[in-house]
Amino acid sequence: MISIFPDLLSGAVITLQLLASSMFFGLIIGLIFAILRINRNPIINKFAYGYSYFFRGTPLLVQLYLIYYGLANIELLRNSFFWVIIKEPYWCAIIAFSLNTGAYTSEILRSAFQTIKKGYIEAAQSLGVTKKITFYRIQLPIAIKQSLPAYGNEIILMLKGTSLASVITIMDLMGEARKVNVLTFKPFEAFITAGIIYLFLTFIIHNIIKYLEKKYGFQT
Amino acid sequence: MELLSFGDTGWGDELFLATLMTIAVSIAAMAIGFIFALIFTPLKLSKNKSLNIIGNCYTTIIRGVPELLVIYLLFFGGTGAVMYVASIFGYDGYIEINAFITGALAIGIISGAYSTEVFRGAILSIDKGQFEASKVLGIKKNIQFYKIILPQMLRLSIPNLSNVWQITLKDTSLISVTGLVEIMRQSYIAAGSTRDPLFFYSIAAVLYLMLTFISMKLINKLEIKYSKGY
Repeated sequence: MISIFPDLLSGAVITLQLLASSMFFGLIIGLIFAILRINRNPIINKFAYGYSYFFRGTPLLVQLYLIYYGLANIELLRNSFFWVIIKEPYWCAIIAFSLNTGAYTSEILRSAFQTIKKGYIEAAQSLGVTKKITFYRIQLPIAIKQSLPAYGNEIILMLKGTSLASVITIMDLMGEARKVNVLTFKPFEAFITAGIIYLFLTFIIHNIIKYLEKKYGFQT
Repeated sequence: MELLSFGDTGWGDELFLATLMTIAVSIAAMAIGFIFALIFTPLKLSKNKSLNIIGNCYTTIIRGVPELLVIYLLFFGGTGAVMYVASIFGYDGYIEINAFITGALAIGIISGAYSTEVFRGAILSIDKGQFEASKVLGIKKNIQFYKIILPQMLRLSIPNLSNVWQITLKDTSLISVTGLVEIMRQSYIAAGSTRDPLFFYSIAAVLYLMLTFISMKLINKLEIKYSKGY
């Protein structure tokens, strides 16, 4: 059990890297699409809705396969600059995870934007605050505070989602556990140890979010 | 389009059967999940501390580890465990557990953890007065549960259970790694033999979208039907 620990830990580092980069890109994508979702223009609105519907309605595995195996099928992409990125399973995983978590994040932020009391915006308007400043200084901070608990769940869901990277040959925590299982034929040892590390990571993320909620969130 | 035709030349019939398989696994997993939820919800709500801990451990652990891990553990570990038990009884041959059963059980354990949380929330949101009123009326504990709490609990949990159903449906795609021929596995095979992964994975995505769309519509109908009196 101790002998497999270093291998699994090196996998856990990859898992955390995948998680951090996909959460980073996902947050940007989510913010953009949340703003598009609350746009009044029906075409923009529908487009953003379609994006989130697709990525929330299909399994992450399908999205990962579509990007890893599917995109390589397009001649045009293969000959272009993007080939450098999409030929690497690592980047494919990050693209798939970012798009997936972006869809969920956009929904979280959208509902947060929509639950902001109209009075705040009206008050800002009557004080002559410009639309741009109202957005950056009033709507955005409130929305971020309000979506903290749901976003914490999303990070944990994504942590579990990164285990799919092992299916496309990335040696993350799950991949290392699979390797140990194949080499030693001890499935319980390999997967339970990996499970404990996953639980530990979940526990840490959960507590960080709880702390942030206490510090910055709304007291209810 | 030729690729999707039914019969020997196309993959239409294979994909259709695979879709049925996905539905079957999802329903089986959901049902297994209900059994788990009905066992663990009382534990989570119980006033006994040790029972409480067992209930909390189940939901925390299952919701804290990746779905894939549970599937692998059951798939690789399950065979070993069953063979070990069989060897105690004197059977030393190789036993292979059906991929459908392992898959449905693994996804069932996961969806059970989510269903447990849903049921717990539903019971907690039932007005306390109802428990007291039925107690005052001298209704027995088990009748109180079956006739008063359970019907309301089920009605209150429909919206959240629909989320659990969506998660379960999407999780079944992970069973493909164990070789059960459902949508994901079938598209993998088709993509491999026709060298057209983009097309077949897009079809898989469309099939999943259709399933989630149709089930959403059906659940919405259920929700309207059961909230008539409210």
